[in-house]
Amino acid sequence: MAGRPDPNAALTALNRFGFGARPGDIEKAAGDPRGFLKAELRRPDVALVSLDDPDNVDLLGSTPALQASFSAEYQRKLERERTAAAMQLTPTENSPSIIVLRPDAPTSEAKPAQGSAIPGGTNAMAPGNPPAMGKPKSDPQIEQKIFRAEARARFEKAVSADAGFVERLVHFWSNHFCVSVAKSNLVRVTAGAFEREAVRPYVLGRFVDMLAAVERHPAMLVYLDNQQSIGPDSRNGQSGKRGLNENLAREILELHTLGVNGGYAQTDVTAFARVLTGWMMAGREGRLGEPGSFVFNANAHQPGDEMLLGKTYPAAGVGQGEAVLDDIARHPATALHIALKLARHFIADDPPAAVVSRLAKIFHDKDGDLRALANALVDAPETWDAPMTKLRSPSDYLIAIRRAVHPEPMPDPGPMLGGLNALGAPLWQPPGPNGFPDTASAWASAQGMKVRLDLAWQTARQVKNIGNPSDLLEAVIGPAASPESRLAVARAESKQQGLAVLLMSPEFQRR
Amino acid sequence: MSLLCEVPSPSRRAVLATGGALFAWAHLPRFARAQSARDPRLVVIILRGALDGLSAVGPIGDPDYAGLHGDIALSLSGPHPALPLDGFFALNPAMPTFARLFKAKQAAVVHAAATGYRERSHFDGQDVLESGFAGPGHVGSGWLNRALEAIPEGDRVGVNGGLAVGPSTPLVIRGAAPVLGWAPQFLPEAGDDLALRVLDLYSHRDPVLAVALKQGLETDRIVSREGMSGDAVKPKGGADTAPGMRQAAQGAAKLMAAEDGPRVAALAFDGWDTHVNEGGATGRLAMLLGGLDGAFEEFEKGLRERWKDTAIVAVTEFGRTARINGTIGTDHGTGTVAFLAGGAIDGGRVIADWPGLKDAQLYEKRDLYPTTDVRAVLKGLLADQFGLSAAVLSGTVFPDSAAVRPMTGLIGA
Repeated sequence: MAGRPDPNAALTALNRFGFGARPGDIEKAAGDPRGFLKAELRRPDVALVSLDDPDNVDLLGSTPALQASFSAEYQRKLERERTAAAMQLTPTENSPSIIVLRPDAPTSEAKPAQGSAIPGGTNAMAPGNPPAMGKPKSDPQIEQKIFRAEARARFEKAVSADAGFVERLVHFWSNHFCVSVAKSNLVRVTAGAFEREAVRPYVLGRFVDMLAAVERHPAMLVYLDNQQSIGPDSRNGQSGKRGLNENLAREILELHTLGVNGGYAQTDVTAFARVLTGWMMAGREGRLGEPGSFVFNANAHQPGDEMLLGKTYPAAGVGQGEAVLDDIARHPATALHIALKLARHFIADDPPAAVVSRLAKIFHDKDGDLRALANALVDAPETWDAPMTKLRSPSDYLIAIRRAVHPEPMPDPGPMLGGLNALGAPLWQPPGPNGFPDTASAWASAQGMKVRLDLAWQTARQVKNIGNPSDLLEAVIGPAASPESRLAVARAESKQQGLAVLLMSPEFQRR
Repeated sequence: MSLLCEVPSPSRRAVLATGGALFAWAHLPRFARAQSARDPRLVVIILRGALDGLSAVGPIGDPDYAGLHGDIALSLSGPHPALPLDGFFALNPAMPTFARLFKAKQAAVVHAAATGYRERSHFDGQDVLESGFAGPGHVGSGWLNRALEAIPEGDRVGVNGGLAVGPSTPLVIRGAAPVLGWAPQFLPEAGDDLALRVLDLYSHRDPVLAVALKQGLETDRIVSREGMSGDAVKPKGGADTAPGMRQAAQGAAKLMAAEDGPRVAALAFDGWDTHVNEGGATGRLAMLLGGLDGAFEEFEKGLRERWKDTAIVAVTEFGRTARINGTIGTDHGTGTVAFLAGGAIDGGRVIADWPGLKDAQLYEKRDLYPTTDVRAVLKGLLADQFGLSAAVLSGTVFPDSAAVRPMTGLIGA
């Protein structure tokens, strides 16, 4: 494969598959751009974030993280009660009581926050701007500390990757199976662990294994409300007070596997919701199992066989749901759904049909082997030939800036988190369970481009030693740079301005 | 590797906004018109996640309502009594502003309404609601943008363009007509000189980014002139919090009140997907409704003398189950409410062809049966506010909707 150096293809490898070039990367990839990507895929454990790494001492597995959150929440509750007692007041709208999703709370207890400064709980705020919310000043909550540590580790991994192809895949799957920290502190404290535990180990493994890990992860069970779903005829459902919640079942079918046109009906959603009853996270008191771990609660599980997509699944406890996931992971509609999303992510908003059907066939023939799909993307001529029409997502853009300008380790994830908030893509906080959009039209908005300009300027002002911006242009977009972009950078009135123009150039925005 | 693929040729108005004409297009000669002439404005609020219409505006006169909606049903008695609108419907008590406007005949409710979409996917449902097409799969542009395009050349509604509030542009206002963008923000601003250099580069190499950036900068110009700076633009909360909704409305109202500001705007409020512990007169949904109510109040305050020419409509992709689910919430459903507010609205009415809530009267025995097409409401507003003809409304704005007649009389004489 290695022949004459091909800087054009090297830049494609770095931009289309990765997070953009650091100075020197184009030369490294130019000898064999495809081999450069495949070498990253072959590196052992390339997708994993190790808790043994001394940089990662602040990270916790989801179970201990949840236990930390449980006990912190318990302390906060005691504190609130003490405060309320001291003021001889019952909690009112102005007390720091928080509207959280508590299945057993009488609804009359929750207070509307109309017109007051209290948002929908601390939970609803964007990660970077809690101080603006009028909260009492105190040490950051444990949930926020863990969230920031996870964010730092994630950014670090992307900025320091060779090309970042594997990290792009991690981000892709994390967005496909998204959770939102706006849901509650329980998701905030586990969102990073969710990605490390349910996505990273399988990103070059099998889709069915990732699906199985995702759907039983506490972060997902909480985010999509399965935690509260009770089989109407189960032991816990006998009172008739509580019952089914079909949120998780619907989104697994619509978003995670078959796709909205995948051929399922409302009856399948409801049947699947019954199948999934009992898939829960053990709570603080540990009545069902180790607090913060996945448990199957037979007392909440709807007994009996279920008919789903034309097939009968006999009663088998947790095995019934596992059998359904096994089948829908291999469904042809799932293969097509995943193939389309991957091609849209890496090639074009409307990818060529041929490459989509080729990827779907590989997904099907290789039993959802995601490494085979990654290799197929590298081998597809379309990924190398397609014009640069994709706009970098907010996250990709900020990571690309760091790689171009200061790829050294970052102790503080704050600026990156703030940038993501400003660009409308707060980390692990998509607007809905379909994740952040993956098309240029969604991100090339008036407000979005204006914020990119401000961010580019802010970055340029803060870089200590810029050097000659034209040299940096050569190093990070050289092979693709248009004469106009070169001229605009060269003619800038200052180094800072030249750098900002470079970071705003079409060749830096698009991939 | 070529840099860019074909980009769609810019629209007539977008051409105005290219190259050296950067700040000029908002300074086109003002149209002579009498001080008293109507200067209509339209605000569209998308409520993402599917609003439970039966908890927002409860049919308390329906004998089956309390049984179906259980613990979260609204009622005129108890510690948090609902606000009666007429003999049959009552409003969630989290919405005192809307109740006041309703009494003053400046607000109305359309009940048992839905788009033509009959599945239960949020994302397809929102695409249908916002694209204005009869079915999902059309995400190129939204009906509000195509309505802007259809407004006759020279009309100031078209000249001043639209406004998208929030960091990303809602589909309903995406498209070829120029759209400004604004969101609460706190970043040091790049200077004009840098902006012009980047715009010049885009005008040669990337027309799509050129249009987007130009419109972002144009908003900034109005924002700074109107004194919207400092604390006023620091984000106060997300689009799923009451302070966030209020602030979005405050900013939009200020921009729309300006003489050269946009005449139509789109906002999106999140968080209405209340599967668990929805709450009724109090709780999560009430918090969100309070945010929406706050937004109505901010528009009324901020638009000042322009309020009388303004119509606001708040719509959602579909409703929720009539019966509460096993977790004191509701799952995805069909019929729901649309809220109308503004000085231009002929209000004080709940407009509903009530289908009833008996099992056989429910859609698929689970959801409020939709008897009004939301497009009829939207078409009626566009017809009366901007004079768009039924042919245009059924042609480019809401394709294939000739059978859905514009609802008449929503705007007061």
